[in-house]
Amino acid sequence: MRRNWRQRITITDLVVWGIGIAIGAVVVIGTIATLRSGKYAPSTWLDLAIKGLALGGVYALIAMGYTLVYGVLRMINFAHSEVFMSGPFTAVFFANYLARTGFLDQQPALSMLMILLLSMAVSMSIALLLERVAYRPLRTAPRLVPLITAIGASFFLQYTFRGLYGSGFQAYPIPEVLKGSIQIGAIRVFYTQIAAILGAVAMMIILYSIVQRTKMGKAMRTISEDKEVAAMMGIDVDRTIAFTFALGGLSAGAAGILYSLLFPVVNFYMGFIPGLKAFTAAVLGGIGNVAGAFLGAIIIGLLESVGPNLFLDGLGIPTPSQLKDGIAFTILVFILIFRPTGLLGERVAQAKA
Amino acid sequence: MRKHVLYVISILMIASMILAACAPAPAETAAPTEAAAPTDAPKATEAPKATEAPVATEAPVATEEPMAECTDAIGCVTLAAGDPVHIAYLMVVSGANETLGIDSRNGVEIAIEDAGGEILGHPIKFDGEDGGCGAEGGQSAGTKLAADPTIIGVVGTSCSSEARVAVPLLSQAGFVIVSASNTAPDLTEAGNVNNHPGYLRTAHNDVVQGAVAAEYAYNELGVTRAATIHDGSLYADKLQQVFAENFVALGGTITAQEAVDPAQTDMSAVLASIAAVPPELIYLPIFMPAGALIIRQTKQTPGLEETALMGADGLFSPDLVEGAGDDVEGFKVSSPLTTGEAYDAFVAKYNAKFGTEAPISIFHAHAYDAFNIIKAAIEATAVEGADGSLVIGRQALRDALYATANFPGLTGNLTCTPTGDCADPNIAVYEYHAGEYPPTVIWPTE
Repeated sequence: MRRNWRQRITITDLVVWGIGIAIGAVVVIGTIATLRSGKYAPSTWLDLAIKGLALGGVYALIAMGYTLVYGVLRMINFAHSEVFMSGPFTAVFFANYLARTGFLDQQPALSMLMILLLSMAVSMSIALLLERVAYRPLRTAPRLVPLITAIGASFFLQYTFRGLYGSGFQAYPIPEVLKGSIQIGAIRVFYTQIAAILGAVAMMIILYSIVQRTKMGKAMRTISEDKEVAAMMGIDVDRTIAFTFALGGLSAGAAGILYSLLFPVVNFYMGFIPGLKAFTAAVLGGIGNVAGAFLGAIIIGLLESVGPNLFLDGLGIPTPSQLKDGIAFTILVFILIFRPTGLLGERVAQAKA
Repeated sequence: MRKHVLYVISILMIASMILAACAPAPAETAAPTEAAAPTDAPKATEAPKATEAPVATEAPVATEEPMAECTDAIGCVTLAAGDPVHIAYLMVVSGANETLGIDSRNGVEIAIEDAGGEILGHPIKFDGEDGGCGAEGGQSAGTKLAADPTIIGVVGTSCSSEARVAVPLLSQAGFVIVSASNTAPDLTEAGNVNNHPGYLRTAHNDVVQGAVAAEYAYNELGVTRAATIHDGSLYADKLQQVFAENFVALGGTITAQEAVDPAQTDMSAVLASIAAVPPELIYLPIFMPAGALIIRQTKQTPGLEETALMGADGLFSPDLVEGAGDDVEGFKVSSPLTTGEAYDAFVAKYNAKFGTEAPISIFHAHAYDAFNIIKAAIEATAVEGADGSLVIGRQALRDALYATANFPGLTGNLTCTPTGDCADPNIAVYEYHAGEYPPTVIWPTE
């Protein structure tokens, strides 16, 4: 038994474990050094954590698109970041129109709802169009083909929107009622952050209940188990897959508006980085798993927000915040090495078996 | 299945044949002779005026007729009667910073119009490549341009990061390169690996801009504690370094020198780190969109709500007013100030030609001057044949450009140094107001 165990360990394993331990040590030593230096007040960490939570909520909504589509089709929809961009980038013109006429401040709730609905509608249409034009004809093709198509579609959409609205930056108007912040003890929370967190949680609950409780959700879960058998059971596969894309598009459109509340500058390239982060979150949580995507996104958002200052600052690394994206992608690499199924992935696989 | 493959292959064949037929002929013939040039170019570390760079840059036309003989050290461009004088641009004309490059290109187009569209009786051919304001774009655009032996001079690049990779290629090809907006100091620093023969600029050197910004901050604003943020680009990094050195020399303290990623949206980590030792001023000589996002998020960072913010010419853009919204109020930038009657006439022409309210960026006049010093140098060195032909010695052209002295340009009297700094810099500080572009000059006051 013991010899068996020894034989299975290769040099590669040792190197990978070594790197893993080294990174773990960097994190621990960096954290201790930063906290001992006392450079940051405790309230700073709380501020960063709140920002991380808000950002994580947005990532979670984007990650839903990746994870739902992966669940039914076993493909990564890399054009999803453009689905995310299309909604807010279209709605910004409507939002600016409302701001100019003063309607935005007179009826903030109604106008935010209208902006949100418009963004969700646009993202949903783009997602449906994408599925119909780019993916459905390739459903029986080898797995690599739709992946490459997705990358092509991503560029196509990016540059189409650039052609439509220009390559400049558009500022999102923020209604007066959402400007400002409240002080809870030592923490200062901005209304936009509260809106983003609440919006993300509400959207997640709705999505989760659709997937778990409705007939359509049941059909989606059935297809993710076995497409052929599902078809034999009388499930309309095409329609269910289209519905999945629509659901992903809706949540991406909502995520876009929440993201624009946090970072109110949009342009045609805005989807790329959040898309990658959300994809990382989906993999971290276990791709194909709705609850996992949410968990993964919150972890990524928090680590990204708190991480650079906490882990790297204490080590005397200059300009740690430039390495922010590095933290997310290091996590991705290590998840793929040590736990390819993600945090919640295995449990689902077992439940399925 | 096989039928399908055949079908696809035949379509690809037809498409490639059409593409080949449409490609410009000179590029094809040039490719084999020039293929070796790009690979050794980056290693070129010659002194600025080295007379090597022996790359084959023969005339695009056969030379049967009796024409002036070429005795130039690095080759000549020979134009038959009626052949165009080919000047190219390498600027950022698409993407986030496109206004910078399009504005400069507009300046050159007006200069060509003012020249009557010709130099010494030869029509001017003006085209070019997009450099994308980055090293990658600069590399591909530079490689393309370097492969075209008809090019005499290049106006560009827009960004210093493009220049770092594109200039060695263009210099190796024997061109003269005059940039209207590269401001990084090392590009014209004697002995620096990034300084190449044939490269000059009409833009100010950031050694000047950084010093002016530091002087304004310390003496005029009266701040003694400043932090800087750069985005890892050659331009921003050097500029904040020059600013920090001058600020410390004046007696100020630099509390932090941070950096962000150009594509980053969440600046909270870097701002929290700056707020740990709160400065009175943050100097951020970066680009869009990071600039707008930092301006917005600074106002929301505890301890930095009232901190003054200052940028440099990279943030002199209508996009900033759009992107930063109301928070742009009070944001200051250092940037060249061009005045004078000739300039006013130029702006009127610019607005009429391109349908703008005001020029869309800041280096149009520098680009106008860049083209004109190239034109003056061509006129001074070209040898005209009796049959209307023109022989331009590439090294002679470079020498003539470096010898430019007291050239009356829109941006001042241009005199080039032996390393290629031609600007007559006049840096001012501007202040933004919400919803207004361009920002207003606030210093120097008169």
